[in-house]
Amino acid sequence: MSAVSLPAEAIPARELTSAARAQRNRKLKIWSIRAALVVVWLGSWELAATYWIDPFFYSKPSQVWDKLVDWFTVGTSQGSIWTNIAATMEEAVAGFLLGALAGIVLGVLLGRSPLLSDICAPFIKAVNAVPRIVLASLFVIWFGLGMQSKIATAFILVFFAVFFNAFQGAREVDRNLINNARVLGASRLQVLTTIVLPSATSWILASLHSAFGFALIGAVVGEVVGAETGLGLLIARSQGNFDTPGIYAGMIVITVLALLAEAILTALEKRLLKWRPTAAHEQGAQI
Amino acid sequence: MTTGPVIELRAATKRFRGATGGVHTAVRELTLSVQPGEFVAVVGPTGCGKSTTLSLVSGLEPPSSGIALVRGEPVLGIPDGIGYMFQNDAVQPWRSVLDNVAAGPRYRGLSKAKAREKARVWVDKVGLGKFAAYYPHQLSGGMRKRVALAATLVNEPEILLMDEPFSALDVQTRALMQDELLRLWSGTNAAVVFVTHDLDEAIALADKVIVMTASPATVKASFEVHLPRPRLVEEIRMTPEFQSVYREIWESLREEVDKTRERSVVAS
Repeated sequence: MSAVSLPAEAIPARELTSAARAQRNRKLKIWSIRAALVVVWLGSWELAATYWIDPFFYSKPSQVWDKLVDWFTVGTSQGSIWTNIAATMEEAVAGFLLGALAGIVLGVLLGRSPLLSDICAPFIKAVNAVPRIVLASLFVIWFGLGMQSKIATAFILVFFAVFFNAFQGAREVDRNLINNARVLGASRLQVLTTIVLPSATSWILASLHSAFGFALIGAVVGEVVGAETGLGLLIARSQGNFDTPGIYAGMIVITVLALLAEAILTALEKRLLKWRPTAAHEQGAQI
Repeated sequence: MTTGPVIELRAATKRFRGATGGVHTAVRELTLSVQPGEFVAVVGPTGCGKSTTLSLVSGLEPPSSGIALVRGEPVLGIPDGIGYMFQNDAVQPWRSVLDNVAAGPRYRGLSKAKAREKARVWVDKVGLGKFAAYYPHQLSGGMRKRVALAATLVNEPEILLMDEPFSALDVQTRALMQDELLRLWSGTNAAVVFVTHDLDEAIALADKVIVMTASPATVKASFEVHLPRPRLVEEIRMTPEFQSVYREIWESLREEVDKTRERSVVAS
């Protein structure tokens, strides 16, 4: 067992407040240094682009900001920014859900069946070695410029990310737990749902974090390759017009979306894994 | 009610394929029988194949040759009415104490509410009433053992197989758990096979102590323990009867322990 938490009464109040203060100070320090780093970075970029390098190629923070303001107030060359965001998110979410589902189902299935996994191993390795992002071009031919080709690209990226983790998670289930459940009277299906899936959950959830990033990449790359709407198309158009600020602005919007999704997934993970001991780094700083 | 033995092994042999391709015989020509309501302790040197004996009875492993019978029927798959406590606590970390104990009844088709009701009784019986909503990582090793014990006993097994269940506990907690086990077992009429390498523990708990040979394991000798019940393990250890039984069995066990020791010296 790690640190046992004592009841609050047992600790002198003075010690508690000083510990709280120390923690607050530390947080303040971290955030102020972070802010300073951003200011230095953006400031030096702005200065360099004003006096030294060519802002046509490298743009500068103020131009990027103007571009973002323009997109959100006036609209983009491809219509409202919100329709573009919605399109990209729809593709990413659909690809993510389908890919994660397929990855979990196949991963657990192969993880639990040594025969199947032995049979499939070389094929999976081969497919995994293919630079999958190239498939986006193929999917545009197969599914056209609409949403399906982007969903397919996101799907294939997400699938492999989730599949390998689900596979590993399903393989590493404690034999003791399975035997115990069997003796307690569990059927094969019950062993799967009450033992294998929960113990693979932490593996699977870990992969979902990066998987949503992959889903966004898949959707955006699909749009860059060929689309009628979406953030990827905005970036592609900006590139075509030598509109460097537009490319940066697109990047920023996508980054914000990815961070939001990450926050949602973290909340979900916390809920699903509330049985797990808090990892050392999540515990409060030592007094 | 059948009057015959509830567990019987007849010349059961179990071989495993070793990692390097060789064949390892864990149990050889093992013959033993356990009557209903009897508490049998199996002692032997560490790593001699005691655990394999239990997996033959539980149906988790089929014998390579010979036969395993439970209630006179050959073991095919896991027989009804079996409880098995493993050496490492097999509690499900993602379930609360109550739901861990309720798992058995749930697997056997009880509704969630019914299973929890039943589990609640056993959680109280093992003294974890206040901790029903805790997750296993929040409990001590001894408390996790209690969870495992309750989870096993809630199914009301006629046969209880225990594989060094308390070996990972500290001495005081172990004695406490042994008393707890005797208290919960008395009046159930369950047959117990308790595997251990601790002779003290074996004599304190059992009606019959079976001494296994060094690997591959087979029965070397069997001793009746006529100590009165109910017993308190810490006290019974001090009695002269206990001491004399201990001396008698240790004579037999020591040879096997020495054999194992010599082998490990040669191997290393």
